[in-house]
Amino acid sequence: MSKKRLIPKLQLATSRNNPNKLVVVITKQFGDKIEIGDPVSQSKIFQDQSADELIFLNIESNTNNIKTLSEVIAKVSEEIFMPMTVGGGVASDDDFRLLLSHGADKISINTKAVESPEFITEMSNKYGAQCVVVSIDYKKEADGCFQVYSQGGALATGLDPIQWAIKAEMLGAGELLLTCIDHDGMRNGLELEVPTSIVQQVNIPLICGGGCGLAKHFSDAFLQANVEAVSAGSFFAHRDQNLIQTRSQISNAGVVIRMQN
Amino acid sequence: MIGIVDYGMGNLLSVFNAFEYLGVSVKICSKPEDLSQVDRIVLPGVGAISQCIFRLNENGFSEALHEQVIKLAKPTLGICLGMQVMAKQSFEGGTHTCLGWFDADVVRLNPGNSILKVPNIGWNTIQFDKQIPLFKGLPENSDFYLVHSYQVKVRHEAERVATYQHGETVTAAIMKDNIFATQFHPEKSQDLGLTVLENFINWKP
Repeated sequence: MSKKRLIPKLQLATSRNNPNKLVVVITKQFGDKIEIGDPVSQSKIFQDQSADELIFLNIESNTNNIKTLSEVIAKVSEEIFMPMTVGGGVASDDDFRLLLSHGADKISINTKAVESPEFITEMSNKYGAQCVVVSIDYKKEADGCFQVYSQGGALATGLDPIQWAIKAEMLGAGELLLTCIDHDGMRNGLELEVPTSIVQQVNIPLICGGGCGLAKHFSDAFLQANVEAVSAGSFFAHRDQNLIQTRSQISNAGVVIRMQN
Repeated sequence: MIGIVDYGMGNLLSVFNAFEYLGVSVKICSKPEDLSQVDRIVLPGVGAISQCIFRLNENGFSEALHEQVIKLAKPTLGICLGMQVMAKQSFEGGTHTCLGWFDADVVRLNPGNSILKVPNIGWNTIQFDKQIPLFKGLPENSDFYLVHSYQVKVRHEAERVATYQHGETVTAAIMKDNIFATQFHPEKSQDLGLTVLENFINWKP
């Protein structure tokens, strides 16, 4: 049985100081971006702290700059020997091939999957289900219902996140990456209602994220919602958070995670 | 010189980078004849087996590999799908005849428990045969990264040199003569993975 995974999520956006460079940023509720560093050096820090995996997401879906993203991934993969999921604006077979050939192991798709669900099946048949991560961003609406948003949180889709997750599995997704927009960057704990329900209804691994502020928030997601992995951006970006300490706290709470190697 | 077979299946850059990092000379072999210039062969692979076997046959790699790996007995490492394709046949999406280097079938993971997911993605503690030089220097309870939905079932138990548990016993590595193959990804398993790759560089079967 796989160990539960802790996955730093590196959100990437164009640097304010250099329009040709992608930098790591953190956001709050998918809003204002704060630049926090260079993706290669951040990745090295996460590797030294025994992160289990890394997620890179280009959050400027409008620019759709897959080539720049692939160059970042190529640089990272020269020094980082751990699994990498990459996404943000992926919309074609060419995008898949470009990112995979530059060092990505899994590709995350979001807006394109909502617009053309058959894209999930095509990529799954071509590259294997394990390569296709369907990313689902959702919000709780005023009426208490949950709704999926595409285009980086900008467009309400009318989809229910639980039904969409079940459909994504059926279409060939190998993994799900779930982010609650309301909790993004708030460090107030993860939304667990939706992931709890999805885990019970799908047979593929679920990564959930958005809202980690304490080690306890990770263990809550593992122990209460029984997700396979938790991703966090802001949590790991803050200097006062050390992944090694966090790991022991999570392990002490009774979650089976990887021991230091 | 290590040669990595480039037949258009998945992430060979990571494998290339890992060997470069270990300081050994490494060559991407995009044509079957490139294989004659290298001393050791790595067959990586991620994706669907039907594409994998189709491309190996189409590019002429199947014959060249038979020559270099079976006849000339060059030390060879298979990784993930590159391991599965060494079996006789795979049942992933139909029945596919594979390279047949191991008397083995490739079958879907069957954890028999809805809590355990397929594909199995993540770090698992591997039980391995400590006598095997390829596992030299690994601590007990070493964790490696796996991502797969199918596993290799060998007919001769002696060829299975590492396993892990996922509701059932799953094959993690197989070995026969000059061929060693892992279901896990050494190039994605941080320091312990690099140890296995270094052992492969020094392996004298």
